[in-house]
Amino acid sequence: MASYNMNQVRTGLKVLESGEPNVIISCDFIKPGKGQAFTRVKMRNLLNGRVNEKTYKPGDLLEGADVIETSMQYLYTDGEHWFFMNPDTYDQVEADAAALGGAEQWIKEEDICSVTLWNGHPILVAAPNFVTREVVETDPGLKGDTSSGGSKPAKLETGAVVKVPLFIQTGESIRVDTRTGEYVSRGKT
Amino acid sequence: MTGEAAEWRPNAGLAALKRRAAMLAELRAFFAERGVLEVETPLLSAETTPDLHLEPLSSRVDAPGVECRRMYLQTSPELAMKRLLAAGSGSIYQVCKAFRGGERGRWHNPEFTILEWYRVGWDVHRLMREVAALIETLLAGSRRLEPAVYASYAELLQRHAEVDPYDSPTEALRRAVEDTPSPVDTSGLDRDDLLSRLFGERVEPRFAPDRVTVVFGYPASQAAMARLNASDPRTAERFEAYVGEIELANGYGELCDPVEQRQRLERDLASRRGTGRPPLPMPSRFLAALESGLPHCAGVALGLDRLLGLDLQAGSIDELIAFPLERA
Repeated sequence: MASYNMNQVRTGLKVLESGEPNVIISCDFIKPGKGQAFTRVKMRNLLNGRVNEKTYKPGDLLEGADVIETSMQYLYTDGEHWFFMNPDTYDQVEADAAALGGAEQWIKEEDICSVTLWNGHPILVAAPNFVTREVVETDPGLKGDTSSGGSKPAKLETGAVVKVPLFIQTGESIRVDTRTGEYVSRGKT
Repeated sequence: MTGEAAEWRPNAGLAALKRRAAMLAELRAFFAERGVLEVETPLLSAETTPDLHLEPLSSRVDAPGVECRRMYLQTSPELAMKRLLAAGSGSIYQVCKAFRGGERGRWHNPEFTILEWYRVGWDVHRLMREVAALIETLLAGSRRLEPAVYASYAELLQRHAEVDPYDSPTEALRRAVEDTPSPVDTSGLDRDDLLSRLFGERVEPRFAPDRVTVVFGYPASQAAMARLNASDPRTAERFEAYVGEIELANGYGELCDPVEQRQRLERDLASRRGTGRPPLPMPSRFLAALESGLPHCAGVALGLDRLLGLDLQAGSIDELIAFPLERA
């Protein structure tokens, strides 16, 4: 991969820091009138999501990280790994629980997910922003409940538990925003 | 509109342009009232200050009677203004552009506006108070500042970074820098670099946003063109003025001794050669002026764009400059 000098670093660049891939979220040129110049860089570690700040000297280089975002189809899980396929090349990759980071409770076979690859290996999997899933378990609604007011937990076929309105019954499909984990509407059937 | 289609447009809004014009009028009134003479000196000159941390921009100049030669856009008007002082100008000020290669960021543009002035017969402490007064005057329309505070460089580092600029071993400074919230690989950094990093990370963020903070008594190793303090030669008669974290001004009790000045210039030129940067000439007309006699004086340079930024509560220097680097 290419190296970047301090005149080339910019927001959004993916670089290696301490051997791990990071995305730059801000950089700031700092220089006292009578002193050496530095560049202060804020970056998010793509493996663990942590934000770190570091300062670099003018001669320092940052090594580019081979990080790409792709759309891949979810195939199946063996309980330990989740398998995804590039729909164009049919290449398959396996992601671990750390890369899924909770996405596993939303996704279902054939979903198209955003998969971030580092050196070809998945490090981050994001579920589709909206999914429609069947409710497999929820308390029966009380008689007389209407569409307004009150909510109850409902377990989805993929494992997530979502707060839903009282009128939702087991066996129904609902639409959920996976970024917030919130119920959106009854699903289309 | 995005991209090149909009690049002809100014970056600064009309309000910033108007405030800049008004601020120029106010500062001219400030100096007129105090009997300080406005002067102009060349932006493009055969001589430049060989500062280790400044990269002058240069141009090859051809003109009738002048063979093609390299000339420098000033990094500050200091050399030429001292030649005027040596020629007997008395107290003078100038508002002009200065140029520093490689400097671009939130508060840096390679071309920027400096207000520089010299007070003949004044000591550095008297000038420090005038700098605070000028800043307070020019910001009076937008904010009411608390009285200025004055603190020494060493005292501030001791208080906020728990190091002593003179007595702490270099290793301790190194560890302290690596321990800041934004650590840096300290290899290749000298004592002054480490101190400057600590000052930037530990001290400057503590400066109050509603008053002028004047820092004085910088270490002799960072004297630049300031004379050393006669009663404590570890320190130089150099000061800086801030509002909040924004560094606004850098001033000196000026070094008048031509022998010491020549030694410092030779040392700086040699260090520059050591880092493999383009060689710069010895500024001999400036030295000749010092040899003929620079009067006892104190001088200061102030970044006018930044002061304007404080006045308008801008988030970056780009809001104050009609056409910053990328649109120039």
